[in-house]
Amino acid sequence: METKQILETIRMIEEEKLDIRTITMGISLLDCIDGDGAKARAKIYDKITRQAEKLVETGEAISDEFGIPIIHKRISVTPISLVAGATQDENYTAFAQTLDKAAKTTGVNFVGGFSALVQKGYTSGDRKLIRSIPEALATTDFVCSSVNVGSTRSGINMDAVKQMGGIVKETAERTKDQQGLGCAKLVIFANAVEDNPFMAGAFHGVGEEDCVLNVGVSGPGVVKRALEKVKGQPFDVVSETIKKIAFKITRMGQLVGHEASTRLGVPFGIVDLSLAPTPAVGDSVAHILEEMGLESVGTHGTTAALALLNDAVKKGGVMACSHVGGLSGAFIPVSEDAGMIHAVERGALNLEKLEAMTAVCSVGLDMIAIPGDTPAETISAMIADEAAIGVINNKTTAVRVIPALGKSVGDTVEFGGLLGYAPVMDVNRNSSADFIARGGRIPAPIHSFKN
Amino acid sequence: MKAILTVIGKDNVGIIAGVSGKLAELHVNILDVSQTIMNGYFTMMMILDLTEAESSFGDMKKSLADKGTELGVQIKIQREEIFTSMHSL
Repeated sequence: METKQILETIRMIEEEKLDIRTITMGISLLDCIDGDGAKARAKIYDKITRQAEKLVETGEAISDEFGIPIIHKRISVTPISLVAGATQDENYTAFAQTLDKAAKTTGVNFVGGFSALVQKGYTSGDRKLIRSIPEALATTDFVCSSVNVGSTRSGINMDAVKQMGGIVKETAERTKDQQGLGCAKLVIFANAVEDNPFMAGAFHGVGEEDCVLNVGVSGPGVVKRALEKVKGQPFDVVSETIKKIAFKITRMGQLVGHEASTRLGVPFGIVDLSLAPTPAVGDSVAHILEEMGLESVGTHGTTAALALLNDAVKKGGVMACSHVGGLSGAFIPVSEDAGMIHAVERGALNLEKLEAMTAVCSVGLDMIAIPGDTPAETISAMIADEAAIGVINNKTTAVRVIPALGKSVGDTVEFGGLLGYAPVMDVNRNSSADFIARGGRIPAPIHSFKN
Repeated sequence: MKAILTVIGKDNVGIIAGVSGKLAELHVNILDVSQTIMNGYFTMMMILDLTEAESSFGDMKKSLADKGTELGVQIKIQREEIFTSMHSL
């Protein structure tokens, strides 16, 4: 082992904020289904607290021994609409409260899976779950919710798109004392993945095994620092540099995931190769793009820079671990990234550019504060646009916007912690109401004649 | 179990003596040592064998960190795999 390599690893962790963003335990709740809601909830609580009993303790021990921070320990569960659908309950908030209680008992940071998959149509369970979302998010602390409204195979469920615009508004309304925090825990997906360890969109898909451990890595700071050393050089060099550094970052994820799964006696699922920023200085994806030569993220060239980054991260990471999954790519949340916040504040980054960026990176319009008086139909139309990008391009896209009640463009919304703060961004003021009012489904796209 | 110990700080009399004395006390065997002055900083790395160690990893980590404070340097101990997995295939 060379001194230089040891020091490089230590520097990456200490100065460049390399960390394991999350170890997420996926737990199937299919065996907790019961016709009686109270019984089902008791089974859910028991199963989660049993399976994840040692999750936090193990994560902390590994973090201590290897000297790498593991920021979050989380749990994802089977979409609750499938589990609660067997009961006669009309409102599923009690299920969210059970998940919240289990999260508190186990000490995890978040539990995801208050979810419904309605890309083609609703079951009665889906319908009840979606109606329960605002209350569920307003009365719990750690529960995250997601709804999948479209897929490349089935098209876009525009009835669900229409409904979700209203649900987002209602959630903002019910959590307005916390600056609409409920909306930060609600994601609307197209092509949702079943093994994503990142919140708020994590759920444990039905194709997964009973209990599995997934890992999400991070490290935008490390990539930025590596690129500082190749200033002015051609993109071939940029791409190679990112690949090498992504390899190293991913190896950490593989090591930690493998170690945690051995200690917990749970199979190791996937490593999610994502560059997830935090509001901390030196932990920004926007700054990587700016390091490539853009004066500010959001200017012309941003989409190309992001496309290169996203692709190189995947290429470098794929060989570094046994199984890749989740969302894998670069995240571009606004409130969680100091560089993005700054770009919005100086008027260099707008919603339209962010939408274009989502066509080439993981997920979508993420952690964006919009004026509180934005009509529900406009939010639905944003969801429809994102879903269309995902469905046509065969990728995951998502919307997580926060209507900032009582605030307008230029004001700021503070969430604190990893969620950061967001300047309220302008939205197009022309109405989409008649478009959204149509409802129905947008058919699945044709997979030939790609242009 | 092998671990890597790194000691970084301002050069002074007795750092190596202090660190190795503490390791002996903890029943930790030193397999390899490299030491240099980098940009004016005392930088030492040790590969350690922890098989004979009696205390837990967490306790060792803490008592070494305390020793570091006493010597005016930063002492870290991490399991070897984090370095090998990052830098070798």
